[in-house]
Amino acid sequence: MAKHCIEAKNLNLFYGDFHALKDINIQIEKNTVAAFIGPSGCGKSSFLRVFNRMNDLIPSARISGIARVEGVDIYSKSANIVELRRNVGMVFQKPNPFPQSIFGNVAYGLKVNGNYSKNQMSEIVEKSLKQAALWDEVKDKLNQSAFSLSGGQQQRLCIARALAVQPEVILMDEPASALDPISTAKIEELIYELKKNYTIVIVTHNMQQAGRVSDYTAFFYLGNLIEFGLTTEVFTNPKEERTQNYITGRFG
Amino acid sequence: MKRNYLFEILAFTIIRVLSAMVILVLLAILVFIIVRGASVISWEFLTEMPQEGMTKGGILPAIIGTLSLVAVSIVWAFPVGVMSAIFMNEYMQQGWYKRLIRMMTNNLAGIPSIVFGLFGMSLFVNDLKFGDSILAGSLTLGILTLPVIIRTTEEALVSVDQTFREASLALGATRLQTITKVILPSAIPNILTGLILSVGRVSGETAPILFTVAAYFLPKLPSSLFDQVMALPYHLYVITTSGTNIEESRPMAYGTALVLLIIVLSVNGLAYSVKYYYQKSTSKN
Repeated sequence: MAKHCIEAKNLNLFYGDFHALKDINIQIEKNTVAAFIGPSGCGKSSFLRVFNRMNDLIPSARISGIARVEGVDIYSKSANIVELRRNVGMVFQKPNPFPQSIFGNVAYGLKVNGNYSKNQMSEIVEKSLKQAALWDEVKDKLNQSAFSLSGGQQQRLCIARALAVQPEVILMDEPASALDPISTAKIEELIYELKKNYTIVIVTHNMQQAGRVSDYTAFFYLGNLIEFGLTTEVFTNPKEERTQNYITGRFG
Repeated sequence: MKRNYLFEILAFTIIRVLSAMVILVLLAILVFIIVRGASVISWEFLTEMPQEGMTKGGILPAIIGTLSLVAVSIVWAFPVGVMSAIFMNEYMQQGWYKRLIRMMTNNLAGIPSIVFGLFGMSLFVNDLKFGDSILAGSLTLGILTLPVIIRTTEEALVSVDQTFREASLALGATRLQTITKVILPSAIPNILTGLILSVGRVSGETAPILFTVAAYFLPKLPSSLFDQVMALPYHLYVITTSGTNIEESRPMAYGTALVLLIIVLSVNGLAYSVKYYYQKSTSKN
């Protein structure tokens, strides 16, 4: 039913007295890449974390309005958080593989989520690592510590780890900001590939990156969603002056 | 410029000398005890009962006594302390209640050990009618060491990267799964530090066992938790200050001290090797 994979209606987020997100309305289509841009502290990461309820970890966070993923109201009383998070994967700013083996990292989501046989697990791990374009580099050392990998490889491992639980949506919180240009290019290629099967939301500080990888761009400023539209439109012909100013580097 | 440089040299020299002194003090104690105690150590010393007013024979009952006190108190205090710390750090929200508990824990750590002894005697020995027993002594020693375990475990948990928790939860793991599968394995090396500290504390304390378990002279081995035992630190005190023949039992005292040191150091060694093993398998290269 849901053509719109991710949806927010009049969404407000508070941290204590601080009004972090103000009346956000947005609809993101399935199998597209949406980029959230805006200066630091504008609320784009907070908004990303609305959709897998990561803000729940912050005791002072309060939310009002409606947020839906695949048509399901994720903040309703009957919402199953574990189910939601299985359905909405996340990649973090810094590569954060667990202190376990490469295999163990990718299999983690499967281990905590149910009964998979050894064979099923190996299959899914292999498939996920291939999807994350990491398989060829690690297939001979699956039992080595994840920390033996380079930063870029670790981030692709984290992507594979998120893919292994077969989510519908992947949230990426500045996934390449801690990586060198070559690793960044690899992650961007990967995002392009993954779009076929997943809906991806990416927070980025890098304007060129937003331009390269996304279909849609949302510009946030001081907790408001200023503009949301096709990336080509937002970048070449923004409706709002503030968007224009930010994109051309006049502030930020 | 030149003055800064000289000052730097001077400062670092002082720091170097001071830190060398720490090592020297430890070495001095070790050498002192080993030189005087080594000649007493023999198979008989380790495996026999004290004889002739504790001037001859061995210290087996004291060794067994101390080992059982350490074992029983750690067996209950370690899990309780670790779980309290997990509860405080992973489940409780920030707030006055948590601050209160933390303050109380810190205060508990500052109470003189003889007070614990008095408390243990009154509660465990008399009110609960455990009598002078391993049970009463171990409960008292456990309470004494709880704050150490809680504090070090909390610090160990705090130092686990917050993004590990987020990553685990983001994959659909429950909070309990996150704790058992990600947080605890990463925190174990530092939690073990707490274990080391508390074993050292428990095996060396005299005051808390004075009124709750320690026997002056008891040439038989314990057969249940309700038995009294001798203990190394108290035995050391007894034969040094109030034995039947202090001069003659002096070498026995050094031997006893050496055995106590060996026990503590080998438990530490064991814990360090476990810690090293975990660190190797979990550290970032």
